[in-house]
Amino acid sequence: MPQVKLISRFFEIENSHRLRVYEENGGYSAARRVVTENWEPEKIINTVKASNLRGLGGAGFPTGVKWDFVPKDHEGPKYLVVNADESEPGTFKDRHVMLHAPHLLLEGAIIAALSIDAEDVYIYIRGEYWEAYRVLERAIKEAEEAGYLGKNIFGSGHSLKVHLHRGAGAYICGEETALLSSLEGFKGWPKLKPPFPALQGLFSMPTIINNVETLSYVPIVIEKGPEYFAGLGVKRSGGARLFGVSGHVNRPGVYELSLGTPMRELIYEHAGGIRQGRPLKAVIPGGTSCPVLTAEEAEKVNLDFDSLAGIGSMLGSAGVIVMDETTDMVKVLCRICKFYSFESCGQCTPCREGTGWMTRIMERIVSGNGRSQDLDDLLDIAGMICENTICPLGDAAALPVISFIQKFRHEFESKVSAGSIAAASSRLSAEEL
Amino acid sequence: MSVSFPEKDRKLVEEMIRHYPHKKSAIGDVLYLAQKQFGYITPEVELYVASLLDLPASYVHQVVTFYSMYLEKPVGKYLIMLCDNVSCLLCGAEDLLDRIKEKLGIEVGETTGDGKFTLWSVECLGACELAPAMMINDKLYGNLTPDKLDRLLDSLE
Repeated sequence: MPQVKLISRFFEIENSHRLRVYEENGGYSAARRVVTENWEPEKIINTVKASNLRGLGGAGFPTGVKWDFVPKDHEGPKYLVVNADESEPGTFKDRHVMLHAPHLLLEGAIIAALSIDAEDVYIYIRGEYWEAYRVLERAIKEAEEAGYLGKNIFGSGHSLKVHLHRGAGAYICGEETALLSSLEGFKGWPKLKPPFPALQGLFSMPTIINNVETLSYVPIVIEKGPEYFAGLGVKRSGGARLFGVSGHVNRPGVYELSLGTPMRELIYEHAGGIRQGRPLKAVIPGGTSCPVLTAEEAEKVNLDFDSLAGIGSMLGSAGVIVMDETTDMVKVLCRICKFYSFESCGQCTPCREGTGWMTRIMERIVSGNGRSQDLDDLLDIAGMICENTICPLGDAAALPVISFIQKFRHEFESKVSAGSIAAASSRLSAEEL
Repeated sequence: MSVSFPEKDRKLVEEMIRHYPHKKSAIGDVLYLAQKQFGYITPEVELYVASLLDLPASYVHQVVTFYSMYLEKPVGKYLIMLCDNVSCLLCGAEDLLDRIKEKLGIEVGETTGDGKFTLWSVECLGACELAPAMMINDKLYGNLTPDKLDRLLDSLE
């Protein structure tokens, strides 16, 4: 299947981040249409529902259904929050959207805000994304000057203010309730759900939180019609999304594909195949929190929500990390463990302690001092973290451990037994002395 | 109180606060501003920020220590943040880290004697297609090789 060029067409247009260029390429016509044709919120929501658009930050929740949760009779402010805190290792698609199509994101945010009757939008952008921050800052100014944001947008009587909020380096703030805590000026601690943010979110008001890419598809869905979008790729679960490919491929980058495209095609055609023609060893399909796939699984699976779920993994953030046969899986898992341990917010004991334990065991194995009990201990700890924490970071830390050990157990065992032999012989030589 | 913002920064703080229904939401931006003004966040700066936002200093301290981009210690003129998460690791980040350590004679977390460079290894920068990648202050560099890295570090005044 060829690449689709819905969002990614802007990646190829020079100066597509400027308002003039964006409008020359059809920009803001969807928002203008929604406003001038006086679409009721219900019509917007039903259109998005019919399109099958799902949350592309990682959770995959149906976008229109989420918007519909906001109470229609609420008095007082409601908020739209854009999750631009892209931090899942292996994920970089939203950065490309913000750099090349900031107005597409803003247009999607306008339409989403109208659907829930919000007058304030907060874009929470990760602190490291300096360049994207500056691009967005300018885009907001341009849109305000054109009358697309601010008071009386498109002459409609609606007001909409977009605020940019910089994060300060904390992976956990990509989790929606932690993001809200952070926006409220607190450390990024997740909160228990319910209450769900759609009922009680930012500043305790009804709040919708959507990922950058998700919102950027909204103008396209309006423009081309929901049937068009839903009709892309697989039946019943159709659509398109941006896949970010990195690791041992010849052409790492962002590729926009219909859902259901074979992963084989993404790796070997679009991303140019494995470096130096080496055989494939493993693939992480959607950011490091998704269970790893063996080469055999990766070469058979299609890139859609159900196919990945069917083999016990996830499409996640569609950050595809490709590993060739030279990859040391023990070392990769150790690095993943370190990441989640460092980023655990410390609120729930199983995650705070468990991620630390797993990291220390993994570091011991990597350093050649593994013990025979280590692999079972790792699986045990991972099992104790799963589903025992407020937010999904715990599972995100545990699932890679479980899948790496299950699927590449021989590599872990040989590293551990090499460690045990070394330890035994050093004990022996110590005794001899 | 010995630390305080100049007049124009105090105006900026007021603007930052206007974006939110509650003052304390502006804490992130005010801390960034303080960091720019004072170099890093000392307990004294925390007290000052607390006074601007009507918060206890302990609250500000919790926020400062939670996030990795607020500096509690001075850093060099150039803060090197090399990513060594999975995609960068697969593309040679370890060798690059060794190269920087050797070239600058410092370990991760340290600053060169002349105060020019500080070296950090950091988590994923969201630039995996450019792996191995790093940031120096607010600028992103990707597709690094040892030679490219050498030339880059040599070019910084």
